[in-house]
Amino acid sequence: MIVYILKRLATAIPTLLALVIASYLLMHIAPGSPFSSERGIPPEVLANLNAKYGLDQPLWKQITTYLWNVAVHFDFGPSFVYKDRSVNDIIAQGFPVTLTYGALSFIAAVLVGVTLGVTAAIKRNSWLDYLAVGVSIGAQVLPNFVMAPILMLVFTLTLHWLPGGGWSFSDPRFWIMPVIALSTSYMASIARITRSSMLEVLGSNHIRTARAKGLPNRKIIIRHALKPALLPVISYLGPAFVSMITGSVIIDVYFTTGGIGKSFVDSALNRDYAVMMGVTILLGTLTILFNLVVDIIYGWIDPKIRY
Amino acid sequence: MVIDQTKMASLAKATSREDVVGRSLWADARRRFFRNRAALLGLGLLIFVVAFALFGNLIAAWNNSDIDYNVMGDAAASAPSIADGHYFGADTLGRDLFARTVQGTQISLLVGVIGSLIAVIVGTVYGAVSGYFGGRIDGFMMRLVDILLAIPYMFVLILLLVIYGRSIGMLFVGVGLISWLEMSRIVRGQTLTLKNREYVEAARAIGVPALTIIRRHILPNLVGVVVVFATLLVPLMILTESFISFLGLGVQEPQTSLGALISEGAGTMSYGTLWQLAFPLFFFIITLFGFYFVGDGLRDALDPKER
Repeated sequence: MIVYILKRLATAIPTLLALVIASYLLMHIAPGSPFSSERGIPPEVLANLNAKYGLDQPLWKQITTYLWNVAVHFDFGPSFVYKDRSVNDIIAQGFPVTLTYGALSFIAAVLVGVTLGVTAAIKRNSWLDYLAVGVSIGAQVLPNFVMAPILMLVFTLTLHWLPGGGWSFSDPRFWIMPVIALSTSYMASIARITRSSMLEVLGSNHIRTARAKGLPNRKIIIRHALKPALLPVISYLGPAFVSMITGSVIIDVYFTTGGIGKSFVDSALNRDYAVMMGVTILLGTLTILFNLVVDIIYGWIDPKIRY
Repeated sequence: MVIDQTKMASLAKATSREDVVGRSLWADARRRFFRNRAALLGLGLLIFVVAFALFGNLIAAWNNSDIDYNVMGDAAASAPSIADGHYFGADTLGRDLFARTVQGTQISLLVGVIGSLIAVIVGTVYGAVSGYFGGRIDGFMMRLVDILLAIPYMFVLILLLVIYGRSIGMLFVGVGLISWLEMSRIVRGQTLTLKNREYVEAARAIGVPALTIIRRHILPNLVGVVVVFATLLVPLMILTESFISFLGLGVQEPQTSLGALISEGAGTMSYGTLWQLAFPLFFFIITLFGFYFVGDGLRDALDPKER
């Protein structure tokens, strides 16, 4: 097991390095300096600015310094636009919000999705099954940026039940729309995957044996069918996590939740490369770590995988 | 021994009779596809959307960038009406929403199809080469794909768009950069099974060069998988583009896409101008449904035992 984890880590680290170096290079070969948006800037001032941010150093030195700071001190450097704030400040401000509704959405998507899928598979061809299938087909074309305005229209503009934006850690009413908007399409995908793999497992030999032994239905489902049926779901969690993180940008922008996604879009519009890179690297790291965890869980559940 | 000439003529006639022509895989698939009601519905939707994108401008009364000062800034006057030629109403700036939706649909379809085409070309060649040669080359090529897949590409794509300017060309490049990854994995898997078939072995035995084997024997047998996956990839590409446009980071005015229109409509919804959201959203949803249904239908048609 430990060898397996080490092996996976050995691919995760080059991935991270590639991500950091690629985004730095992209920024470096961009036309113009990060400060060229400031109008009528004298060359001496520009040179000073470049010196302050270390942009006058040779490229390899810039990259190694940046890597060193990020990897050892978790320091993403100063923002190129906000003179008094570092990238760390900006991330520290938004990240807890994103993490809160992100985690809630993820848990909601998995719990509801799996329950819906399993129920649909057990009660095949009942109204419940049709409902679950219908919902999961419908939700496929309702990504977060379509769900968000629709929810806003229904719950804020028409029913006046929920606040139309903002964030508060103490008031769950602010959490409801972000979580629903973010989780719906993944819930639907998880339900669909669970249903089809559950149907396959229920038709397999070991389930027939369990039924022949006279085990109660509940026990068959929970003890014998659920575990193998969840394997495809688990391998879907990695990609789902990535696109949920991406989707949080929409949530932050549309519901003004103040999460990290808003900083990313603002920095994109301001050409604040330092913040963009910081966010990209942070989320990339999270993604890679999450994929690692998923792989380990998969290896633990699936007896066919040998380390 | 004398052979009865009339019998031979009759035999020849029988074997060349048109009505006993064997049913090929494709004929079978076509028959199954046209029996599938969801697939036919999807095909109908797609034909409608494509016709709308191609010929919509012929019935539009306004140009997509002209401003109608009679309705500009007036929520009530810009409602959909046949009389003043704004069939879908007008947007906040007084531009005709029908013409804008036509243009948005064109751009969204274009991004989807081109992204998918890049995936077909690059992903197929990459996957086939990787799978056919196997061994260390395969390991290296697939590791590269793994690394690229683990990167939260949406952020890198936005980084690209911000640094190199927001143009359609850049969108194509960005979407193309990511779309081929999954395709190459699927093609590689299929190639691994194909390369052990007898006809490939036979070709190798008589000394056909590897690249010719790939071109003549492997690629034609990949068509089914590639076509299905490419169809299902189009809506994903449209989603990606719409996501970016929703954030205001995609194509620039006066060009537009469905995502940008949905974003505009969602922004002005609280003034009661619901048509600005409804019409783009309608075309967005039926386009996605169309591609999903046709893709699923093609998969079922080409692989009947997977149903």
